[in-house]
Amino acid sequence: MEQNNHKFLLRKLFFSTLYISSFTFGGGFVIVTFMKRKFVDELHWLTEQEMLDMTALAQSSPGAIAVNASILVGWHMAGALGAAVAVLGTILPPMLILSVISLFYAAFASNPYVALVLKGMQAGVAAVILDVVCGLGQNVVKEKKLLSLCIMAAAFIATFVFDVNVVYIILAAGLIGLLRVYLPLKGGRKK
Amino acid sequence: MILLQLFLSFLQVGMFSIGGGYAAMPLIQNQVVELHSWLTMAEFTDLVTIAEMTPGPIAINAATFVGTRVAGPLGAVVATFGSIFPACIIVSLLAYVYRRYQKLPALQSVLGCLRPAVVSLIAAAGLSILQTVIFAGSAIQLSAVDWIGAVLFLAAFVILRIKKWNPILVMSLCGAARLAVGLVMKLPAA
Repeated sequence: MEQNNHKFLLRKLFFSTLYISSFTFGGGFVIVTFMKRKFVDELHWLTEQEMLDMTALAQSSPGAIAVNASILVGWHMAGALGAAVAVLGTILPPMLILSVISLFYAAFASNPYVALVLKGMQAGVAAVILDVVCGLGQNVVKEKKLLSLCIMAAAFIATFVFDVNVVYIILAAGLIGLLRVYLPLKGGRKK
Repeated sequence: MILLQLFLSFLQVGMFSIGGGYAAMPLIQNQVVELHSWLTMAEFTDLVTIAEMTPGPIAINAATFVGTRVAGPLGAVVATFGSIFPACIIVSLLAYVYRRYQKLPALQSVLGCLRPAVVSLIAAAGLSILQTVIFAGSAIQLSAVDWIGAVLFLAAFVILRIKKWNPILVMSLCGAARLAVGLVMKLPAA
């Protein structure tokens, strides 16, 4: 029974990451939003907080965000084997697609119909990301913590208006979190 | 020998690109065009275009593309493996630490501050894509608005927010709708 469950979990993990990876055009944050819809909203494998933690970890580690996020989700669900299965699911679609396309890439890149479909899908991707962001943002606002709101606003202005490197933003936010614990005066008063 | 070189080159790309695709691009260019001359600059530009048009992380796309051209399917596998190898080790360690110490007050506090920042980072990524959809990469002004893109975005957003449709279905429908409109209007794809 236990073993069957484990097998089922691994299979589900593989096909979920395979499916997500086949359809996520664009950068790492795109795949993270699709993972959130799948693993948090649909399968309830992770909490929203865990997904955000994993996004931060994936973003601050070397390598592709999509691969890092699937390692984290895989480990969390089913240990080392889970991580291996999730990574395989994530890298197989781009590998297969690229292998085929590298054979006739000039025709593909200049095809006007392909360009139209991709343009339309881009509008859809923007909608998916902003939909997920609305949900996440609402939850931060609902917490009614001044510090969280300030960090959210500051991080947004830093990255969107001033184009600050994402790594610095994550480091700064983490530092604030550390200071909150190790500066006893402030931490004490807040509680 | 060439396989080992491929592996080591993409190992470096995987090890030193922190922060996703745009951080990896110059590293890939350095390894593939400048150091090893596996691709010409024109081929590299094609690769970037294709990587943006196809699913998957750019490092994986680049590794597969370069590996295939230099040493066939085995080259693709070796190069891809090289590019994910450092992440597999480092992120696995992080995953272990996260699972083990998730409840620790200090880590809780750090993660609590990271979460709102991450929400903003995702928001900014989404808005940048929206900007290219609506203004097609040109200056932000009313005359440059791509109305078809704007309407598609709004429709998709409302359907996702209210009807909670499957996001991949919504995205595919957007692609199909844009193609249909383009064919009907006989407009050239920008």
